[in-house]
Amino acid sequence: MRERRLPILATIVVFLLLYAIGGFYFNNFLTTRVFGNLLTDNAFVIIAAIGMTFVILSGGIDLSVGSMIAFVGIVMAVLVRDGWHPLTAALVLIVFGFLLGALMGYIIDAFEIQPFIVTLTSMFMLRGLSAVISQDSVPINHPFAEAFGSFRIPFPIGKGWLSAEALVMIACLIVALIIAHRTRFGANVYAIGGDAQSALLLGVPVRKTVVGVYALNGVFAVVAGIVYALYTSSGYPLAAVGVELDAIAAVVIGGTLLTGGVGLVIGTVFGGLIQGLIQTLIIFDGTLDSWWIRIVIGGLLFVFIVLQKGIMRSVTALGSQGAA
Amino acid sequence: MTELKAKPEAKRSLPTIVWPLLALAVMLVIDGIINPSFFSIRLVEGRLYGSLIDILYRGTPIALIAMGMAIVIGSRGIDLSVGSVVAISGAVMAHYIHADWNPWLIVLVTLGMGAFCGLWNGALVSLLGIQPIIATLILMVAGRGFALMINGPGIPTFRSEFFESLSTGQFLTIPTRLYLVVLVFVILWALLRKTAFGLFVEAVGSNASASRLAGVGTRVITIAAYAIIGVCSATAGIIITGDVRASDAVTSGLYTELDAILAVVLGGASLNGGRIYLANTLVGVLIIQSLTTSILMSGLPPEYNLVVKAIVILVVLLVQAPKLRSSIAVLFGSRGGKVKS
Repeated sequence: MRERRLPILATIVVFLLLYAIGGFYFNNFLTTRVFGNLLTDNAFVIIAAIGMTFVILSGGIDLSVGSMIAFVGIVMAVLVRDGWHPLTAALVLIVFGFLLGALMGYIIDAFEIQPFIVTLTSMFMLRGLSAVISQDSVPINHPFAEAFGSFRIPFPIGKGWLSAEALVMIACLIVALIIAHRTRFGANVYAIGGDAQSALLLGVPVRKTVVGVYALNGVFAVVAGIVYALYTSSGYPLAAVGVELDAIAAVVIGGTLLTGGVGLVIGTVFGGLIQGLIQTLIIFDGTLDSWWIRIVIGGLLFVFIVLQKGIMRSVTALGSQGAA
Repeated sequence: MTELKAKPEAKRSLPTIVWPLLALAVMLVIDGIINPSFFSIRLVEGRLYGSLIDILYRGTPIALIAMGMAIVIGSRGIDLSVGSVVAISGAVMAHYIHADWNPWLIVLVTLGMGAFCGLWNGALVSLLGIQPIIATLILMVAGRGFALMINGPGIPTFRSEFFESLSTGQFLTIPTRLYLVVLVFVILWALLRKTAFGLFVEAVGSNASASRLAGVGTRVITIAAYAIIGVCSATAGIIITGDVRASDAVTSGLYTELDAILAVVLGGASLNGGRIYLANTLVGVLIIQSLTTSILMSGLPPEYNLVVKAIVILVVLLVQAPKLRSSIAVLFGSRGGKVKS
């Protein structure tokens, strides 16, 4: 079991290392303001990645997250324009995300179609529907949206603050931690991701768990979309293209095994923050081009995947030694 | 048990290409009803024009990539990085056009770059044993960064008679790029069916450890499959970049991986590997492309493209799902209803 903790330790070491690099090279890096902004700017990706963690833990994948964020943004913007309260719109959208996720989970499990392809169709569908609803960016003008945007809890030290986006993210994290580690559903997710066949034999309700995982992910994706819409104060059909990749990358860098069964929600948060830190570092530097972000994240992905492979190999080697 | 497992095989007396062809025929008939002039082909200034030609013409980049994808999927793999490889090869091509290299040399270098990208993916999958989705995700994420790096600031544009005629020109009234598709198809078909390579890939796809025990060089076969799709993607990159006469690293080849995978799936191949249907895949490409064309012709706004595409794909997938087929069989009182594994 100790070897399995290694990826998350590596994640935290990388996070601290990046922070140290920033502090060493740039004057204003180690301030609460930079930290607060890091949380705010990456809140929506991290929320989406938290949902993705459950999907990947169960041995699946969801490609529709980015489209869902765009869809939520545009629907919310249009509903608010038509006089809805943002919170009512949010509630309706959360129910929608839950139902769509559950439907995807059902199709995946009942018809044994690969999650990759099923979620690909909903990725197309949601992106297309967003464009059908509106081709252009729709602004969100509502007192609630303004209050959300200007909400601040100052940190005890420094000039930084905790934004509403960051608070929603922290709330999502707490909910996810409870679900993952304190409920039977959470244990079942780990079980079917580890070995679906054995889980079924042990009496784990596989169908219910798979449907639940995708429904839960749908809810997290919608919340990410709501945060993103309020963060940008608008809905745009081409928003958040490729966020599903960022979310998957955050989960992998956070130490979750892509084969399922092993990983921690908290690791994903660090994975998301690491990506955010890389971006912040490159912006702070000012001379590096933005494409370095993609290359560095790709490189980190590679390192972490190889690291996981090595650890899994040594774990299985140890296991077979113990059995002999 | 053995009797039950043998059943679906025995049922398949029709060649697998029938279903995709039927879907394509339905699509084309609908197109013909929507637009009576759909099937007309005109000769204007020594070049054929018409909706059918247009479908073939626009489908070329996806067709090139999808044929490679069919092989990779046959080996039980998948390649998400093809769009990034398109961008990288476009950037390499533009770079050397600016350096005034010989066009044939540029083609060679660009295809070599594609092969290199494929080797990288193949090495991750076969040597390190990383899942294909994840292994190719790395290049998908980082690839466009490399393309931007090669491009430097801005989007490099160029003029090159050689590449323009290769991509948008015509030969004997038929667009040049269509010859290219035929050429790649013939080469791959010969490689798959006239040598043992195809058999080996399918063996690796159906049961990797069994074929390793049977003496198939699983690693080399897997790496070769990814190298092939790398070269295919680079070829598509040459066509796409030659068409727009610019190397746009951000949007060039965006989402082609999805279309290519869909084409393979529409062609009737399972993502679980084991079978390569090259011709079916091309029919799959034509289905996707004529779907796009019909949406445009039917007067629906182009935004509906993705929605309709998603619905069609979902229907095709559900129809193909063995689970649904067996439950329908139960519904109609067939005795083969006990298929449960």
